[in-house]
Amino acid sequence: MLTLENLVLAQDDFRLTANFAVPTGARVAVIGPSGAGKSTLLAAIAGFFTPASGRILWNGQDLAPLAPGARPLSILFQDQNLFPHLTVGQNLGLGLNPSLRLSAADRAAIATAIARTGLDGLADRRPGQLSGGQHSRVALARALLRARPLLLLDEPFAALGPALKAEMLALVAKIAAEANTTVLMVSHDPADARAFAPLAILVAEGQALAPRPTAELLDNPPPPLARYLGH
Amino acid sequence: MAARLAALAVLALVLGTLGAVAWRAGGLGALQAADIGAARFTVVQALVSATLSALLAVPVARALHRRRFPGRAALISLMGAPFILPAVVAVMGLLAVFGRAGMLNDGLAILGLPRVSIYGAQGVVLAHVFFNLPLATRLLLQGWQAIPSERFRLAAALGFTPAATLRHLEGPMLRATLPGAWLAIFLVCLTSFAVALTLGGGPAATTIELAIYQAFRFDFDLARAASLGLLQVALCVAALAATARIALPQGFGAGLDRRTVLAPPVGRALRAQDAAAIAAAAVFLIVPMAAVLARGLPALAGLPGPVWLAAGRSLAVALAATALTLALALPLALAAARQRRFEWAGTLPLVASPLVLGTGLFLLLYPFAAPATLALPVTVAVNAALALPFALRTLLPATRRLDADYSRLAASLGLFGFARLRLLTLPRLARPLGFAAGLSAALSMGDLGVIALFADPAQATLPLQLYALMGAYRMADAAAAASLLMALSFGLFWLFDRIGNHANA
Repeated sequence: MLTLENLVLAQDDFRLTANFAVPTGARVAVIGPSGAGKSTLLAAIAGFFTPASGRILWNGQDLAPLAPGARPLSILFQDQNLFPHLTVGQNLGLGLNPSLRLSAADRAAIATAIARTGLDGLADRRPGQLSGGQHSRVALARALLRARPLLLLDEPFAALGPALKAEMLALVAKIAAEANTTVLMVSHDPADARAFAPLAILVAEGQALAPRPTAELLDNPPPPLARYLGH
Repeated sequence: MAARLAALAVLALVLGTLGAVAWRAGGLGALQAADIGAARFTVVQALVSATLSALLAVPVARALHRRRFPGRAALISLMGAPFILPAVVAVMGLLAVFGRAGMLNDGLAILGLPRVSIYGAQGVVLAHVFFNLPLATRLLLQGWQAIPSERFRLAAALGFTPAATLRHLEGPMLRATLPGAWLAIFLVCLTSFAVALTLGGGPAATTIELAIYQAFRFDFDLARAASLGLLQVALCVAALAATARIALPQGFGAGLDRRTVLAPPVGRALRAQDAAAIAAAAVFLIVPMAAVLARGLPALAGLPGPVWLAAGRSLAVALAATALTLALALPLALAAARQRRFEWAGTLPLVASPLVLGTGLFLLLYPFAAPATLALPVTVAVNAALALPFALRTLLPATRRLDADYSRLAASLGLFGFARLRLLTLPRLARPLGFAAGLSAALSMGDLGVIALFADPAQATLPLQLYALMGAYRMADAAAAASLLMALSFGLFWLFDRIGNHANA
């Protein structure tokens, strides 16, 4: 269970508070107007943004002393998810061992991840030779290999077409369900949120609100969300 | 941690020697009237040389970036040569073209025009542009290459005119790169020694560095040499202070390393402009060097043994200085991407000059040991310190990009320490590291500054040996030694630059 305990994020005149828990295995959309702090919330959980006060806990353990790489989570950024000078196989290997000293078991795991994400035959390619959808698959395959209990998606599929994006989200849902991974996904698309995430966190007007059923939130949006959605 | 050690080492060397110089000078009282003239000439020639070099480099770098032609890669590599060519060698080449009996004056005589003289201020500026135009071109070309090809693709897709491309892509890059390049050249020219020694001299064309050397070697007037050293440092500090605010980091994002082949801009006028820029630069660079080789190569086999020994000594000095430069520059550049103070530490050697550092080290060391026995270690240390700002300037844009683009991803994957160095830092920095190493090696190979102060025939490096041959009017041997020195300097640069370019291919 992910717990945000009296969390306050602040920078210059930006301020965001959060005080709620996300149940293990939940798939949660993070929705709200641009600039409200959706990405900052994920950055704080991932360890890239130090909270002004409050705590972030995973199953009761405070994450504050942990470096980003040591936290029980994987994060997919909007871009720069892969090192362009390394091959697909090497980029994936980093998920298992950052010094790329891979055992036979590691190599087998990489092969499995490649097969499961539909990247067959691309292990020796570099990111510059891949399509946008393939980039996403590699990043996802690496998250799969890292097998952390929490997955943060900071709009990694924003540049993909609707069909491809739906396909990627279905793949995330499948992988997450198998390992009971908790997923937080920043989304700008209500349809994505409905399709992918049973729960949703609204980030607006300086507050991140506790997860609620996505359909309920979108059908009866509070005023800031209604303005954002254009209702 | 490594960055702190490197910064401390640089601080100790530079501030220690400057302290010795200041203590020995005890003020500026030992200066003579001629020394003020030397200060004025030093500033004026540096201003003119740096401005000419930087402005002329813009059309050349742009043409090289957007045109593909046979020999382009070779020409770009060759652009590294004049700056790193030992000054005495380059001066021999310029004399062959622009000297009293050179090609230019022969041509003017055929046309019935009066002869021009290369000696004096015009010769000093000409030599400085010869050295620094290619450096500026390469620094700017790196800036152009740092613009992701995706941006140029976008510009082409939007139908940008050359003017619009200049404004939106090249202008911001030039604003970020040009001041740094200009500053680097200005400072190189501000501390010009060998060029002034060979082409200048006299009341109208003596630099402070030359005046220090003369006070030191001819008069052994250490107080005056130290006072001149203070004057030199004051000039360098003033130049740095005036320009410190200009060299801001640039804000271009990362490209995906796609090997995009871009169609160069069309149009006859643009083609002619680019062709003229490339051809003029190529002729100006190649002819003087070719003239030295034409004279020297046939005599190479007849070089006496001491010259070969000196060459071996120079190679050892150059490799040691390069290793030391990179060991200082890489940690400083990585740390400076986050904290400006490490950039200041690595730039500190710019306030000193070869002869000022040499004078300071002489003052510090001669009570304890015979200076000649320490000539080579001192040369290694001073060469490494003086190459450091250039290495840092080459690495910094790349380390800043590395930090901006991949530090989060690396942190999220727990990529630290040696693994990060091996898998991320070195591969991403291979190109600028290779360039920096080549620059350091060649600069050190051809150094004729500090070693001249600590001179002793038994410890002579190749440039010093060459200078002695020229002084003895053994011109055939001098040309051969110059060819050897050129080959070694260029060879080292080529080797390191190539390693950098191919490390990640």
